[in-house]
Amino acid sequence: MTIQQIFSPLPGIFYRKPAPDQPVYKSDGDAITLDDTIGLIEVMKSFNEVKAGAAGKIVRFLVENEDAVMAGQPIAEIDV
Amino acid sequence: MTIHKLLIANRGEIAVRIIRAARELGIATVQVYSKADKDSLAVRLADECVDIGPPQASKSYLNRAALLAAAKTSGADAIHPGYGFLAENAEFAAAVEAAGLIFVGPTAQSIRLMGDKVAAREAAGSAGVPTVPGSRGRLESADAAFALVKTTGFPVMIKAAAGGGGRGIRIARSAEEFHHLMPQAQAEALAAFGDGGLYVEKLIEGARHIEVQVLGDGHDVIHCFERECSLQRRRQKVWEEAPSPSLTPTIREKLCSSAVALAKVVQYRGAGTIEYLYDDRSHEFYFLEMNTRIQVEHPVTEMVTGIDLVREMIRIAGGEPLRIRQDQVRITGHSIEVRINAEDAAKGFAPNPGTVTALSVPGGNGVRFDSMLYAGYTVPPFYDSLLGKLIVHDEDRASAIRRLDRALGELVVEGLATTKPLHQALVRDPDVQAGRFHTAWLEPWLASHAESLAAPASAPNLAGTVKAAATAQTAPTTRQSAPTATGGL
Repeated sequence: MTIQQIFSPLPGIFYRKPAPDQPVYKSDGDAITLDDTIGLIEVMKSFNEVKAGAAGKIVRFLVENEDAVMAGQPIAEIDV
Repeated sequence: MTIHKLLIANRGEIAVRIIRAARELGIATVQVYSKADKDSLAVRLADECVDIGPPQASKSYLNRAALLAAAKTSGADAIHPGYGFLAENAEFAAAVEAAGLIFVGPTAQSIRLMGDKVAAREAAGSAGVPTVPGSRGRLESADAAFALVKTTGFPVMIKAAAGGGGRGIRIARSAEEFHHLMPQAQAEALAAFGDGGLYVEKLIEGARHIEVQVLGDGHDVIHCFERECSLQRRRQKVWEEAPSPSLTPTIREKLCSSAVALAKVVQYRGAGTIEYLYDDRSHEFYFLEMNTRIQVEHPVTEMVTGIDLVREMIRIAGGEPLRIRQDQVRITGHSIEVRINAEDAAKGFAPNPGTVTALSVPGGNGVRFDSMLYAGYTVPPFYDSLLGKLIVHDEDRASAIRRLDRALGELVVEGLATTKPLHQALVRDPDVQAGRFHTAWLEPWLASHAESLAAPASAPNLAGTVKAAATAQTAPTTRQSAPTATGGL
């Protein structure tokens, strides 16, 4: 078991859902592939997808939905 | 009721603009701020400041309870909403008044009426202001739709009543096309939205965006002439000017009178803008909507009329009647504003927050820079990308364009990419120089000029050869922000 982190590529607001009335992209324990979207970062009113960047399993999210994040901040732990 | 202390329920360049106007009127200012705006220019300039919450707008600048509490604890007697955020929220305006405070803007009733598309269209109709010809409501049958388009003429847009965001829109350019497309549109609307209801509206192609500035005191209304804002990207204005280069004196008079008539129908109070589409071939104009607030591009009107719109709206909110008669409002010269956004024109206008490492503000006769910047300021990623507006005024349009070119050459914002290279390319474009554009002009232009935007714009002639030689040896970026210094985006 190797734990890695997914880092926020941008500063902004982190969203775990594609829209407020929709389910989260990924939950703790979910399997992920390289190109899976795990969340969105809103930067100056534009929305950018955050990709998993590795295959494995989500251990846990380190930030909440709608939290402010810095570029480079870890947002999730994954088991690859 | 005079205003003694004004709370600014906004941020960025407009907060700075409001603080300046209030100070000139001898009114104390209270700047609210989110945690991300603690170091903002507005916070530095205001007499007092109040923390209203975390960076997210929903938890700070849109948090009505926090704003009202800040007004109470600071002893403010009025709230200026700026633009965006809660500026056109009727419930907020009503809550401010219910708390015994002055809302610097129109009544909640005016905001509500003009915020409702159908009601606003009806108000325009009753004031004799032309609206885009089309169906007043849903059309259920193809026969009813065809009877209507025979009166509007072609081309027409067929829209799904339940649609949105451009989905389900078809354009018919002839009766034949209409008969072909109408059943398709109905079937698609039914399949996509479970509702086959359609709207039909005349398509005004190649129209310009022209808007009229009005000032009202609840009884009387004057206009301060028009602005043209046809240069838009994704429906966002990037370049605005006054007066419009496309109106004749006769049309100008007709357009501005229609705006006054509409504002009078709703007994408008404060500064407002009535937006139109203008077809410069038929010389027809059509009401689009009314914005019941101060607008980003208000400075061009201030430059050509000499009226300080923000100061006037604060005076009116304080209970003063209009101080200016219509016959005292005149246009002198020409003014242009360009929006300096934290967007990388070379990279598809990607947003570009970061730290301003160096700033040099243009000056000289007829140049104004309304911004939230200072050297060392870190632009937060949480709000819109508008950093400031460069505004020029000169005796005529051609001179104003040359002055804008000169001023853009003096503007240095280092540390983050801005839309300055876009404006440098626009001032040198023959169509822009001739005023030949419409609301769908800029996007294709951007697509065909992607390369020139990616390369740094050539230094203006006044830079001189010595400077050019000196900069060539180091980094070729002294006169504009470095394309590589994009703050990690």
